[in-house]
Amino acid sequence: MPTAQARRFALFNPTVAAITTRALFGRRRFLLLLPLPVLVLGLAFLTKSAGVADRDWVETVVEGLGLVVVLPIIALIVGTGVLGSEIDDGTLAHVLAKPLSRTEIVLSKFAVAVGVTTLTTGVPLALAGLMAGEPRLAVGLLVGSFVGALAYTALFLLLSLLTRRPVLIGLAYVLIWEGLLSSILQGTRVLSIYQYVRTVVDRVADSDLVSSAIGLNVALAMVFIFTVGFTLLAIDRLRSFSVQGETS
Amino acid sequence: MTTVVPAVTTPATTGSVQLLGVSKWYGNVVAVNDITMSLGPGVTGLLGPNGAGKTTVLHMMAGFLAPSRGEVLVSGTPAWRNPSVYSGLGIVVEREAVHGFLTGWEFVHASAKLHRLPDPAAAARRAIELVEMTEAKDRRLDTYSKGMRQRMRVAAALVHDPAVLLLDEPFNGMDPRQRMHMMELLHAMGDSGRTVLFSSHILEEVEQVSGTVQVIVAGRLAASGDYRTIRRLMTHRPHVFTLRSSDDRALAVALMAEPSVAGVDLDPKKGLTVKASDYGTFTRRLPKLALAQRIRVHALVPTDESLESVFSYLVGAP
Repeated sequence: MPTAQARRFALFNPTVAAITTRALFGRRRFLLLLPLPVLVLGLAFLTKSAGVADRDWVETVVEGLGLVVVLPIIALIVGTGVLGSEIDDGTLAHVLAKPLSRTEIVLSKFAVAVGVTTLTTGVPLALAGLMAGEPRLAVGLLVGSFVGALAYTALFLLLSLLTRRPVLIGLAYVLIWEGLLSSILQGTRVLSIYQYVRTVVDRVADSDLVSSAIGLNVALAMVFIFTVGFTLLAIDRLRSFSVQGETS
Repeated sequence: MTTVVPAVTTPATTGSVQLLGVSKWYGNVVAVNDITMSLGPGVTGLLGPNGAGKTTVLHMMAGFLAPSRGEVLVSGTPAWRNPSVYSGLGIVVEREAVHGFLTGWEFVHASAKLHRLPDPAAAARRAIELVEMTEAKDRRLDTYSKGMRQRMRVAAALVHDPAVLLLDEPFNGMDPRQRMHMMELLHAMGDSGRTVLFSSHILEEVEQVSGTVQVIVAGRLAASGDYRTIRRLMTHRPHVFTLRSSDDRALAVALMAEPSVAGVDLDPKKGLTVKASDYGTFTRRLPKLALAQRIRVHALVPTDESLESVFSYLVGAP
């Protein structure tokens, strides 16, 4: 007769991760966004072959489109897709009704989201970096995408548990806070994930093609605080998560 | 037609569910009001009209909701914020949310793996056999009928052989054969010493599956105990009919002379409202009476056959 084994403390659950990944790739919202990274590569190729200076197309296509728009938007759709969508359609109840620590559930979903976001944005951006003839820029963009994926994913996972409209609020953060305010108000830059990503890319790439506005130590410390803090909060929220009936 | 239920084994430990003065409110709205109940091995039906708070009660038992006041214990431990409770608890929620891309086998097998069972494949095979879905196990969940999906969800909930099994409206969407098989399965689980609780808003379902019922009306525990006792309470209430005829007044006079009639109300617009103390005698006497008086009866409608009125009668019963 099957009986549950002694409880093991685990941080990652392959079954949760596998189902989460399959569900993510099955969502139309996610598949619609996959052309975005392709667009970055296409534009990079077009502008370069049209004879635009490397400095100019890297700034507009790789930074302006890739890091400012594609990275946060993909992270938003993936981060809310691995948890928020399952809350919406009720499938999360299956995972919640298992003797799994909530840490294990959140970290498994976090790992899937970070992995998918890094692959779908970091790799195309790195290829664009190679096109500019700077292998170090390519590495910088890959590392930067990974660092950005960590912080963005933690934020969007937490939003999925705090609000019924995580995509809307996440979009507001990306567009209004990062896009608008930090370009006007210098002070908000220290609370902008985009600025951390830019700093990391700049330091790793060591290239004239990108620049940064805040120090590396500050950027890394903030990414650490965002990632760990938001994830811990998300775990605690999931412990107290209420599963409502349809008619209650 | 015979359905064969595979052997249900005895659980390692017996489970129990206890509610101690449990209330749940949302802002100013009270969903569950001071319920105390204790469930032991066997099948119990949780009966109540739609919106009575059955799902809220089940979700609190399953650790899905925090009680606003009181305590919910599953086999002695609190259900809220305690994931370890699920090693001895299975729940089938009413909301039919499954990842449609999984096959039935993948779904139940994943459930077994998430429970960290020593042999997940064997446990999944056994659970799927219990709900008689072995033949369709390799089809995707989104190709199933509602009843088939329901059975697979039950298989996933009992794959770890829980001592306590909670089911929210398990018979919804099932055809009569599936329904009967599910009832037999619940019976077998209860007889083998498991604590099984299922909710329903249909009296007949509860009657067929369990002897013990808990009746919830408007968030309160209205009645609890043996089904037959509650049923008797229900048959003691007067049966109310609305009646339209070619001559309501004359019929009212004739009806008042009948011992099986407890009262008649005459409303020129709506017709007659008749309270019958004896359902059988009244319905047999009425045609003869009308015939003798040469009155044509246009309509005879029982007005309080709905569950809600049965329940409200129960609540009002002394």
